[in-house]
Amino acid sequence: MKISKDRLELLKEIMALDFSLIELNLYLDTHPEDEKALMVFKQYSCKSRELKEKYENQFGPLTASNGANREWKWIEDPWPWEIDYEMGGR
Amino acid sequence: MWIYEKKLQYPAWVEGGDLNIAKLLFAQYGGPDSELSAGIRYLTQRTTMPIPQAKAILTDIGTEELAHWEIIGTLIHKIIEKATPKQLEEAGIGPHYIQHGKDLYPHDAAGVPWTAAYIQALGDPITNLHEDMAAEQKARTTYEHLIQSTNDKGVIETLSFLRQREVVHFQRFGEALRLVQEYLDRKMYY
Ligand SMILES: [Fe+2]
Repeated sequence: MKISKDRLELLKEIMALDFSLIELNLYLDTHPEDEKALMVFKQYSCKSRELKEKYENQFGPLTASNGANREWKWIEDPWPWEIDYEMGGR
Repeated sequence: MWIYEKKLQYPAWVEGGDLNIAKLLFAQYGGPDSELSAGIRYLTQRTTMPIPQAKAILTDIGTEELAHWEIIGTLIHKIIEKATPKQLEEAGIGPHYIQHGKDLYPHDAAGVPWTAAYIQALGDPITNLHEDMAAEQKARTTYEHLIQSTNDKGVIETLSFLRQREVVHFQRFGEALRLVQEYLDRKMYY
């Protein structure tokens, strides 16, 4: 399913950011004393929250807990397996 | 507990045209060293880990594997979505279509259904972490075989990402193993 260029770009940006967060999360699990990594984690997590809020306001919830707006938007298509991500990965 | 996020970890895109790779991708959907096995294996072994770092790494890698399982499922779904039964038959996944239609079902590349016998849990953190490191290497090898078996640029790109994750997981499990070993040594001498 095609989604608008704006939406796809923002979604991919969030996906990339959240991936970096997972990577840092795993690293910090075995290096909890690394303050530099912790700093980067905090920065990325701030940025991710910011972009998610923007995405959810414009296009709909990423998690069900943010599913209620004026209507129940959570069930709206497309689901992650239906989106046409187009070429180029991220 | 877990919370679903309406996004993939990596944008799984498919160029199209290589229907044959769908059958082979099932190796990582429901095979012995599949993402499903990885997720269940690590989440099963969490409760006997003696140190915080190891409990965290099994929880977080186990969770990431479920996101990878979703990516593999998405690739297969996208590849078979528009194919006719005849095309599926020619691509070697006729038997899957007969029994499951276009649903994803956890079986390996040869159609053998997933079983808990693919994973181990010995209740010994050293033994379990060795099993986990071996599993990561086996998954990496399987991804290399898959990458060698297709020309689809999208599939190759996504599989390369997943292959790289196995390398990172191996590294993190190695660190957890060292930390657990140090902890057990300290416990013995003091
Ligand atoms: Fe892994």
